Amino acid sequence: MNGALAALRRVEKERYAALAALVVLSGASALLSPFFLQWQNVLNIVRQVSYTGIIALGMTFVIVSGGIDLSVGSMAAFVGSLAVLALDAAIGRGSDQGVAVLVAVATALLAGGACGLGNGLLVTKGRIAPFIVTLGTMALFRSLSLYMANAGEFRSESSLFGELGSSSLLGVPLPALILLLLAAALSLVLTRTRWGRYTRAVGSNARVARYSAIDVDAIRLAAYTLTGAMVGVSAVLIAMRFNSVGSSTLGLNYELDAIAAVIIGGTAMSGGRGSVWGTVIGAVTLGVINNMLNMVGISTYLQGTVKGLVIIGAVFIQRQRQ
Amino acid sequence: MAAPLLRTRALTKEFAGHAVLRGAEVEIRRGEILGVIGENGAGKSTFMKIVAGIYEPSSGHLELEGRPVSFATPSDARRAGVSIVPQEFNLAPDLSVEENVFLGAELVTGRRTLDRSRMRARTLELLAELGASASPGDRIDGLSAAQKQLVEVAKALAFDASLLILDEPTTMLTRREIDRLFVVMRALRARGMALVYVSHKLAEVKAICDRVIVLKDGELVRESPVAEIEPPEMARAMVGRELREIYPPKRSAPGAVALEVRGLSSPGAFEDVSFTAREGEILGFAGLVGAGRTQVAEALMGLRPSSGSVRVAGRDARARTALDAVRSGLGYLSEDRAGSGILPGFAIAENVTLVSLRDYSRLGWLDREKELARAATWRDRFGIKAGDLSAPLESLSGGNQQKVSLAKTLDPAPRVVIVDEPTRGVDVAAKAEIYRFLGELAGRGAAVLLVSSELEEIIGMSDRVLVMREGRIAGELEGTAIQERDIMYLATGLQAAGGIA
Repeated sequence: MNGALAALRRVEKERYAALAALVVLSGASALLSPFFLQWQNVLNIVRQVSYTGIIALGMTFVIVSGGIDLSVGSMAAFVGSLAVLALDAAIGRGSDQGVAVLVAVATALLAGGACGLGNGLLVTKGRIAPFIVTLGTMALFRSLSLYMANAGEFRSESSLFGELGSSSLLGVPLPALILLLLAAALSLVLTRTRWGRYTRAVGSNARVARYSAIDVDAIRLAAYTLTGAMVGVSAVLIAMRFNSVGSSTLGLNYELDAIAAVIIGGTAMSGGRGSVWGTVIGAVTLGVINNMLNMVGISTYLQGTVKGLVIIGAVFIQRQRQ
Repeated sequence: MAAPLLRTRALTKEFAGHAVLRGAEVEIRRGEILGVIGENGAGKSTFMKIVAGIYEPSSGHLELEGRPVSFATPSDARRAGVSIVPQEFNLAPDLSVEENVFLGAELVTGRRTLDRSRMRARTLELLAELGASASPGDRIDGLSAAQKQLVEVAKALAFDASLLILDEPTTMLTRREIDRLFVVMRALRARGMALVYVSHKLAEVKAICDRVIVLKDGELVRESPVAEIEPPEMARAMVGRELREIYPPKRSAPGAVALEVRGLSSPGAFEDVSFTAREGEILGFAGLVGAGRTQVAEALMGLRPSSGSVRVAGRDARARTALDAVRSGLGYLSEDRAGSGILPGFAIAENVTLVSLRDYSRLGWLDREKELARAATWRDRFGIKAGDLSAPLESLSGGNQQKVSLAKTLDPAPRVVIVDEPTRGVDVAAKAEIYRFLGELAGRGAAVLLVSSELEEIIGMSDRVLVMREGRIAGELEGTAIQERDIMYLATGLQAAGGIA
């Protein structure tokens, strides 16, 4: 239908803007450094962005629903710690390695979901602003991980766990594969399901949603819980990558990267509209920027400056368009 | 006759090539209250905004005491003695009365610090003159609508205004507060000020103004001393035809009881409300602003906690959430379209199906073709002027947005439909159409509850009218007993009415 196509075009415009920026940026990087387009480098970028990218998928739902989640980085450390503890406990009881890995993955998903649900309950039933709730839980999750590990790290006792972390399928690293599968699924959820429509409606105007017989609290809870589960997926993948969890380092500043990816991907900070694939593009864009800065030899200490400017610039461009 | 204080010469204003004001020539005189009336979109707001320096005219100019002037900003106009009391209060809620009165024009001492004592003294003087009960130190957000209104007037008068424009000043006020405002206006007129009173309440225009001008499609179509024109004729001049024609014929005998409400109470909003509505009946809810009508609607829809019994078609329909209410067969069109009715950034079709989305999904999966098809049905039925139903709703005019909002309410096919101020902010053509749809809706057997502050609308549409006052049902009128005077008696409690109980 013509109407449907026109709608598609409108929705896609912002995603295309982000995509165009990514293409230009990649072109510039390729010119600046002949190494940029080498397969190994591309894989490296893709792997690096996958961990925060997966979290950013959940963050997209939270931001589209009109909220924010600052706790994701700390939550990743906390949930990752629990996952490795569960893994080692299973191994200690003489479980098969495969079973132990499954236990770790299940622990991460459930614990992440539960942490997200906790954030969501404080926001909906507690009627506390999301910014405050997740600022508080950000401190809380980090502190709990530091306490549990005595500021050290939890080492995995499973070799299979670590091997999975650097495994690939058809040349694609495992975390990137998972990012793509989850993005495909969640993009359909956001655009083609009632849940997705309601999420946008709640973020667009919660009062209108409530008057339209939509369960606003349930939609918000679902967004935070989904984000928690995504943090669980990401945390277990990072733990696999290092075959350990560093309580003070894991997930540091992930909230910044995840929120930046969502915004660069064209999702409105005020809620109501957004794109899951846009977020993936946003995450890759951030990865390309970091990679380029590394290759041209700019101090890693300055990378935060560039990231900060890109976030502010992306929001500024959104404003101009409105 | 004295020379006019302000005269407009061939005032024209265009927005994006569309003329909303065409060559208006108006005189505003000292010691006179000039009424400005017209339908929505007739150009009255634009006219006043030019006089007050908020807009600049596309062509034409203003003459103040015979000399051409041009106001680039509202401050220019204010310095020249022209002040406006806007329809929407423009007060900082966290600041005091005194701070608001002088906001942006604070008095300072020789050392450039705020001259608090002089501002306080002047504010006290102004408040006393206006008979306001507020003190200079009161915070704005603690004041009633009427007191805020007077603070706006004080703000306008703080700097020797010779012309005061009041834009729809009475929409938020009770009868008593309106009378109080009129006393103030007459006192200002007696001091030789010129006042411009913009309103669509024709009876008030008749009561307070000396002269009235009628704008229609941006042109001055009528000018008359108020003594020589009655409200029905004012309405005819505004609309260009008889108002009565816009209401559909009333229906014959209603059917079975569709909604039965017994002892419904919501603390602080309304108490012990009991009534029934029948299939095929339009039941009007009249009353002053704040009488509790919208709150009753919200309670029925599960949007406000309440106690009591609600039955739809004989079945218990007490609702804790709007979803409960929709499932029981209730539908609600909110009075606040922008705040709780529609999502302007969503597609037209997405707005239509917002309440009934479950009917367009299987296991949570949306059927977008079906949505678009249904939206097209509503477009044809309501004559919604929209080409692409996937376009954002904000691309439509106010009247068409309201039709979409109504389609949204009706899409789940409710048995009982509550429409709250269904024609607010729409032009007269769209109004007539909405009345026709409501008539058809009742004709097909729905019970329609019409909450409205427009008495003409209540009288023109309702088969039966409940009048609310201060959170209670004050009385009921039916058939030919539905008269403006009786409704006002019940709404204000001034005299017991002889309606059918």
